[in-house]
Amino acid sequence: MSKTILTVDDSRTIREMLKAALLDAGMEVFQAEDGVHGLEVLEGCTPDVIITDINMPRMDGFGFIEAVRGSDKHRAIPILVLTTESVDEKKDRARRAGASGWIIKPFDPVKLVNAINRVAA
Amino acid sequence: MDTMAAIKQTFFQECEEQLAELEQGLMTIEREEGDVETINAVFRAVHSIKGGAGAFGLDDLVRFAHTFETTLDGMRSGKLDATPQIVRLMLRSADILADLVRISRDGGEPDQARVAQMSDELSRAGGAHAAPVPEAMPQPLIGDGFEADEFGFAPTPVAFDFGADADSEPADTGVDEFGFAPVAISFDTLVGDVEEAGQTYDIVFKPAPGLYAKANDALRLLRELGRLGDMTVTCETDTVPLLSELDPEGAYLTWKIELKTDAAETAVREIFEFVEFDCELSIARRLNLDGTADVVAQPMEDLVPADEPVEVLAPIAPVTVAEIAPPAERTSPAAASQPVQAATAQQPTIRVDLDRVDRLIDLVGELVINQSMLAQRVTEAGIARLSDVAVGLDDLENLTREIQDSVMAIRAQPVRPIFQRMSRVVREVADMTGKSVRLVTEGENCEVDKTVIERLADPLTHMIRNAIDHGLESPEKRVAAGKPEQGVVRMIAAHRSGRVVIEVSDDGAGINRAKVREIAIGKGLIEENLQLTDSEIDDLIFAPGFSTASTISDVSGRGVGMDVVRRSIQALGGRITITSRPGKGTTFTLSLPLTLAVLDGMVVTVAGQTLVVPLSAIVETLQPKASEVHSLGESARVIAIRGSFIPLIDVGSVLGYRSDEAQPTHSVAVLVETENQSQCALMVDGIIGQQQVVIKSLEANYGHVFGVAAATILGDGRVAVILDVDAIVAGSRSEAARADAIRKRNAA
Repeated sequence: MSKTILTVDDSRTIREMLKAALLDAGMEVFQAEDGVHGLEVLEGCTPDVIITDINMPRMDGFGFIEAVRGSDKHRAIPILVLTTESVDEKKDRARRAGASGWIIKPFDPVKLVNAINRVAA
Repeated sequence: MDTMAAIKQTFFQECEEQLAELEQGLMTIEREEGDVETINAVFRAVHSIKGGAGAFGLDDLVRFAHTFETTLDGMRSGKLDATPQIVRLMLRSADILADLVRISRDGGEPDQARVAQMSDELSRAGGAHAAPVPEAMPQPLIGDGFEADEFGFAPTPVAFDFGADADSEPADTGVDEFGFAPVAISFDTLVGDVEEAGQTYDIVFKPAPGLYAKANDALRLLRELGRLGDMTVTCETDTVPLLSELDPEGAYLTWKIELKTDAAETAVREIFEFVEFDCELSIARRLNLDGTADVVAQPMEDLVPADEPVEVLAPIAPVTVAEIAPPAERTSPAAASQPVQAATAQQPTIRVDLDRVDRLIDLVGELVINQSMLAQRVTEAGIARLSDVAVGLDDLENLTREIQDSVMAIRAQPVRPIFQRMSRVVREVADMTGKSVRLVTEGENCEVDKTVIERLADPLTHMIRNAIDHGLESPEKRVAAGKPEQGVVRMIAAHRSGRVVIEVSDDGAGINRAKVREIAIGKGLIEENLQLTDSEIDDLIFAPGFSTASTISDVSGRGVGMDVVRRSIQALGGRITITSRPGKGTTFTLSLPLTLAVLDGMVVTVAGQTLVVPLSAIVETLQPKASEVHSLGESARVIAIRGSFIPLIDVGSVLGYRSDEAQPTHSVAVLVETENQSQCALMVDGIIGQQQVVIKSLEANYGHVFGVAAATILGDGRVAVILDVDAIVAGSRSEAARADAIRKRNAA
């Protein structure tokens, strides 16, 4: 059973990297460029896991996570935060916003898939 | 690997965009027009570059971006004021960042001293606590090694790799060794290293409601745990209340897990990493001989993590239903398999090799030639204008032109990147000369063929340098002249009748004509007693070997004069003119074709030769009457048109096709306008027609020829030259001036 992942990141490079790694792992990938766009994409699909960046235009990762957690339809979707910081404070803030877990950039494909497995059925 | 290379290309492309955004944002802040979002965008640009660079292991870039980002973060959080000094520092840092990106892409060595100095300045500006610069970056995505601290969570990193390996795939070497080893040997292993021999963990795990609220799930964590080794799970249900009192979003279960695994404790803890604050968790390593011996004695099949975690979890399954079922209804993942066309604000684009586009443009060029050839054949065959063939040919012509326009549009790009590059030049030159300069740009969205844009960088750079170094006065002089201390350099692009016009102007002192004249005489460029108009004096600046700088500064004196600028503009089929007003400033105007590939031209004949006059230069054509033609002096002739006299130039004699001048009354006069707005009438023998021609560079295939801009292939397969109207007008003028001077000397 292949998993469906939504990646939300304003960087084309990171989006392509995530896509390559996830497709390699046999997963299906949806993409969005920022939080607002992410919510739009969510109207048409229900992914198994969402991977989101924090620093984005229009709506950042924190706002996006809060919006997803606040929606009836999607609040149970695991959300992994993609961050360059391994600082606890940042992880803490992501966690408080409702993130299920985090991936540190630059990510390793194996670790990425492990993290997904840890949060998704 | 191919994918990675492609992504890397995307990365560098994106970097260029981010750098442009960064600079744009900083300049907005510099003008004090920025808001919170500007600072955020600037921060994000640097942050994105750092993120991508990290993935490719570009350490120099990551390190500098990190320092830069930290300082920007200070500005974002309001700890650091965006004073002009700080913004200038950031602009210079952006330049360094751009250098580092380019070096990462094209290779080369960064100027470490400069980078270090800038990092230092940034850190100091950012506050007493300099940013901790990441010493070693995690491994790039390529390659299979991964760093223990990638998750920032590795108390005992030594054993981590081992654990991680077991996590993804059973470690062959280890298992082999254990699988076939007799029990006796296991004691050696025990004595040697307990960790490697495998151990039993007693884990007590009590999720809190918050764990489920974040869409984490005890079931999945247990499954992942089960992959580490052999596991027995017991669920304590004592605290589960009666159904009537049960909070569906509460958490009531406690799990007791006995895990036999080869994995290190860090690997076990890592499973719970995401939930450590949302549960009670205790992990204890059991160090008894039984447990270890058990593991060693296990046949390999049992040691390998079960493929189906469901089995391991089976005993607990009935109890989990109430608790593990996610708090909210989940739609089936199957519903999600329908691909969704994400609504994007941006137009979708594709990236194409420039070679392919060039090939396409070449082919369209051939098509245009072919089409005109067909048209000519049809005319020659005397086919009626309204016949099917002729009508079909008309349609073909329309289609050809449309295809051509579309193909040209593929390569059209806004001039913005080149303008943005100039703002860096302005900063550098301003720094070097100690002048305060503001660059104002307009019309950055004007689109021009990529090849034209690329070749504009050098001339524009030189013109900007020139404007600041020679054009603008020193701050003291400006103040003395009643001007603001800060000079303004303007760069404006606009489309004007099928060409793009770029103006570079300064509000400096204007050209010191007396000095220019003096220098020109000193260098033997002009005769001492030669009378010149103001614009002719200004034009001397383009003379080869001319330099107005009395002392050669760092900025000028690079061996590049305005003559080189003019030549490179002319090589583009462009023209450059200069206007200057004393005390007010100087303006250079470039007029360039939108593309280097095709041209609308009028095909004419001169002394048996076929020539093409660019249509953009032509005002009108007329047949001179004898009464309109007047002689001036011995050879010069003018034609009276609507009350003004316009010089007549015989193209044939200027180009050397014939020695005797043609009779104006037997010629056709093509009235042309040169870049400096003066009009001339070119005498040609006849007009064949108007036609779009494909430009083939004469320089690339042969060499520069006076009066010729390029060549083309006509419908009948013959080569025709495209006239350089300005050169011919200028050439005939100097010819006339020379003739005049000789005559005066002879008369004297």
